[in-house]
Amino acid sequence: MQKKRAYSFPDEVLEHVFSFIQSGKDRNAVSMVCKSWYEIERWCRRKVFIGNCYAVSPKMVIKRFPEVRSIELKGKPHFADFNLVPDGWGGYVLPWIVEMAGAYPWLEEIRLKRMVVTDESLELIAKSFKNFKVLVLFSCEGFSTDGLAAIAAGCKNLRELDLRESDVDDLSGHWLTHFPETCTSLVSLNISCLGSDEVSFSALERLVGRCPNLRSLRLNRAVSLDKIANILCLAPQLVDFGTGNYTTELQPDVLSNLTAAFSSCKELKSLSGFWDVVPAYLPALYPVCSRLTSLNLSYATIHSPEIIKLVSHCPSLQRLLVLDYIEDSGLEALASSCKDLQELRVFPSDPFGVEPNVSLTEKGLVSVSLGCPKLQSVLYFCRQMTNAALVTIAQNCPNFTRFRLCIIEPKTADYLTGEPLDVGFGAIVEHCKDLRRLSLSGLLTDRVFEYIGTYAKKLEMLSVAFAGDSDLGLHHVLSGCESLRKLEIRDCPFGDKAILANAAKLETMRSLWMSSCTVSFGACKLLGQKMHRLNVEVIDETEPPCSRLESCPVDKLYVYRSISGPRSDMPPFVWTMDEEGDNNSNQKDFFFLDMFVRNNHYISNSL
Amino acid sequence: MLNQQGRGGMWVALCFEFASSWIERKEVFLSNLEMESDCSKNEETCPQLLDLIPQEREWYTKRKDGKIHLSSEEKKLELRLGPPGGDDNWSIKLNAKNNRERDEPVISLGYLSSMNNNGKQAPKFPSPEDHHHPVGSVLSPSWTKTHHHDHQQLTNPPFLQFPSTPHQSLPVTAKESSQSCCTKAVNMNAEEKPFSPTANTVAPPNTSLKRSAPGPVVGWPPIRSFRKNLATSSSSKPASEPPHKAANEKKGAEPSAKFVKINMDGVPIGRKVDLKAYDSYEKLSAAVDELFRGLLAAQRDSCAGGIVKKVEEEKTITGLLDGSGEYTLVYEDNEGDRMLVGDVPWHMFVSTVQRLRVLKSSELSALSLGSSRQGKIPA
Repeated sequence: MQKKRAYSFPDEVLEHVFSFIQSGKDRNAVSMVCKSWYEIERWCRRKVFIGNCYAVSPKMVIKRFPEVRSIELKGKPHFADFNLVPDGWGGYVLPWIVEMAGAYPWLEEIRLKRMVVTDESLELIAKSFKNFKVLVLFSCEGFSTDGLAAIAAGCKNLRELDLRESDVDDLSGHWLTHFPETCTSLVSLNISCLGSDEVSFSALERLVGRCPNLRSLRLNRAVSLDKIANILCLAPQLVDFGTGNYTTELQPDVLSNLTAAFSSCKELKSLSGFWDVVPAYLPALYPVCSRLTSLNLSYATIHSPEIIKLVSHCPSLQRLLVLDYIEDSGLEALASSCKDLQELRVFPSDPFGVEPNVSLTEKGLVSVSLGCPKLQSVLYFCRQMTNAALVTIAQNCPNFTRFRLCIIEPKTADYLTGEPLDVGFGAIVEHCKDLRRLSLSGLLTDRVFEYIGTYAKKLEMLSVAFAGDSDLGLHHVLSGCESLRKLEIRDCPFGDKAILANAAKLETMRSLWMSSCTVSFGACKLLGQKMHRLNVEVIDETEPPCSRLESCPVDKLYVYRSISGPRSDMPPFVWTMDEEGDNNSNQKDFFFLDMFVRNNHYISNSL
Repeated sequence: MLNQQGRGGMWVALCFEFASSWIERKEVFLSNLEMESDCSKNEETCPQLLDLIPQEREWYTKRKDGKIHLSSEEKKLELRLGPPGGDDNWSIKLNAKNNRERDEPVISLGYLSSMNNNGKQAPKFPSPEDHHHPVGSVLSPSWTKTHHHDHQQLTNPPFLQFPSTPHQSLPVTAKESSQSCCTKAVNMNAEEKPFSPTANTVAPPNTSLKRSAPGPVVGWPPIRSFRKNLATSSSSKPASEPPHKAANEKKGAEPSAKFVKINMDGVPIGRKVDLKAYDSYEKLSAAVDELFRGLLAAQRDSCAGGIVKKVEEEKTITGLLDGSGEYTLVYEDNEGDRMLVGDVPWHMFVSTVQRLRVLKSSELSALSLGSSRQGKIPA
């Protein structure tokens, strides 16, 4: 009888309780308790995150969650960032927009990552969602400034327009003029990825001037330094600012104007941009440096002394992105000035050079690990490393959640001992119990994977390149890493056995990418045939894999779990392995036709 | 449910409700997985809510021997890949330390179950995999024997009994299979791959593979394209480098590919081309033709009433470089200027081009293009 009472809360009470539960994970747990909770929860879920747009279809999402206001979708695999995924692979957002246009008229937020967004999609968004507020296009492509104009004109309550790292076709800088004069709602505008076509600066200035809530503004390279002072004076309430080009002809007034402008920004905490920096203008930043928590100098080709000077003014710094011009000496200075540092990313200034052009070694990272006890997230490009350094780093920083090390030359051994770096990375996973993301590099044997499988119990994402000796390595990871969600591998001697032996593990993960490994076509077919909840996709741009022997290795393999079956928008060079064998239901000629007809069909349907 | 008499009756009714919705529950579960949260910011919250679940759930029952009993419907869901008549094949002789995991479902689901029991209670919450045999693998030892092709020499020990000396992996197998492939499979792209799969499996694992002459590798080092040419494209060059330092001048410093976007009038989706794959304007022009011929024809067909028919005819795109064709190739350089393709030496073109465009020749006269600084297309 007591059980019955538990079920007799009115729905509204439960709904109210659930409204305090924001995390998707908790909401999923709630939905599994019993049928009535499932029903109540699904009607009041407002935010959905879909890590792989092909794992579930838009119709399924809509059917289950009828009242969504915010959606986040991710498309291409991570290695697409490095040109490993051929153009045309997929990740089209239009089918989603079309379905949501009908089902979610009150949709407010769309966040996309690595998806193909067309102008048609943007126009449809502008037209369909009357209360649309937030558009974030992270590393997306396929659209132009025409689509942006539609968004600017159509979304009356737009709060956020963030195009970070997207590839936009700049047809005209005048899209900014499409923001109506009545638009005063902007809170965040990030156009840093736009090309060097002129941005209509007067339109930008007017827009900034009439949006009192603007907190985040990131300009693109086309905006020159002399214009920044004006912008800052119009928006002293900015919290996050991205400069354009940090250069202009040397004039006496520029520095003083700029310094005054920065001084007026009492809330400024985050700076980025800094293309083409003229060091003489850096002192303009000093008034804000003491409050800065985030500084992105990764485009700034300034040298170590200038970087040190700047960074030593920033004691509150929590996040620093910088080029390797900072060198070991700069990192040492960083370690002594910035005790609150949590995230450090050091990018290579000359990634393709054979000889090091700067003096940045493992010592720099060791100094930071020693001096910055709160360090949690590291991305470090360098040319040499030792096991001893990695062990020291691991011991100094047991709180790492993300550790990504890229030794530029593949298969580089410990330069002092000549040994593989297994022990070093082993120390990282052993000491850093909360490690969620790890990227390996250097000379590595199967041993490092044994360490990872044994210790990295919270690891969610692992990136591997040019490492390992045999399938045993992969088996360690697949069988040992309980929390693994994403695994991406390139150029490793991993073949069929580990994957087939751990096939069921793949259903517990979001995705697996393997390129230039030794997985055979036969194994892919087997996997696809037997594992019905996995989409096993083989990518081969030269010829169909079935034209070769089954034992031939496939070029690229992408396996992901899905409850909506194989996708139907594959280009000719992608084959899905399923019960019917290798399948590309879209012959080459049909694909292109299909794609465009479908695009037009959707548009006409929605009108 | 309310009509059932007594506690037993209610319990039966509850079981009924849950059992009959088992399939739905599985779907819910799976769709929850797809709509996982981006939990990178949060710690794994212990699912306290699961404590509400009563202990006596009985939607699966265990037979005395501990094996899981399945209804005939659920048997369909079960993944059986071993040869018939041997569930015990699944208690595979894996590495010794994995053996304890054989008693529980092999699949751990993050927040739901734990492979490391360490005395923790096994979760009561059902997972789909509870209804499967402990399906660790698609492959069982006898499967290996019967289904591998003739080249396999895998007998004892079976693969899944990993030898204690990890370095004795299975070079035989891998080597055989890669040898039987045509070499085309190994060298997939035009780019040189210093570590072909064959080399990796055959090389003795103990030696460090040092390359004598490092060559460029696609997608390595793993940085985004917009970070690649910072040092050279910046106007304020670091003082320590000679003024005309270009990445091309150093041996091996040349990036192995230069991808630029290319858009064509009338085609909504742009493409990317790797300029390093060509060595002349003619080759580039031919590639552009090939790239867009089909797209253009498809676009024409779809615009003409949306009739789905097989593309019969694709017109070759010619005259891109000399203004004689329907379309002309232009590009944007690193200064943002728009130029006609073909005026400067090929190598200079490759180093300065940022983006390509295929414009209708008829519209060109309306724009002022130039092969020199004066030609700047208004934004």
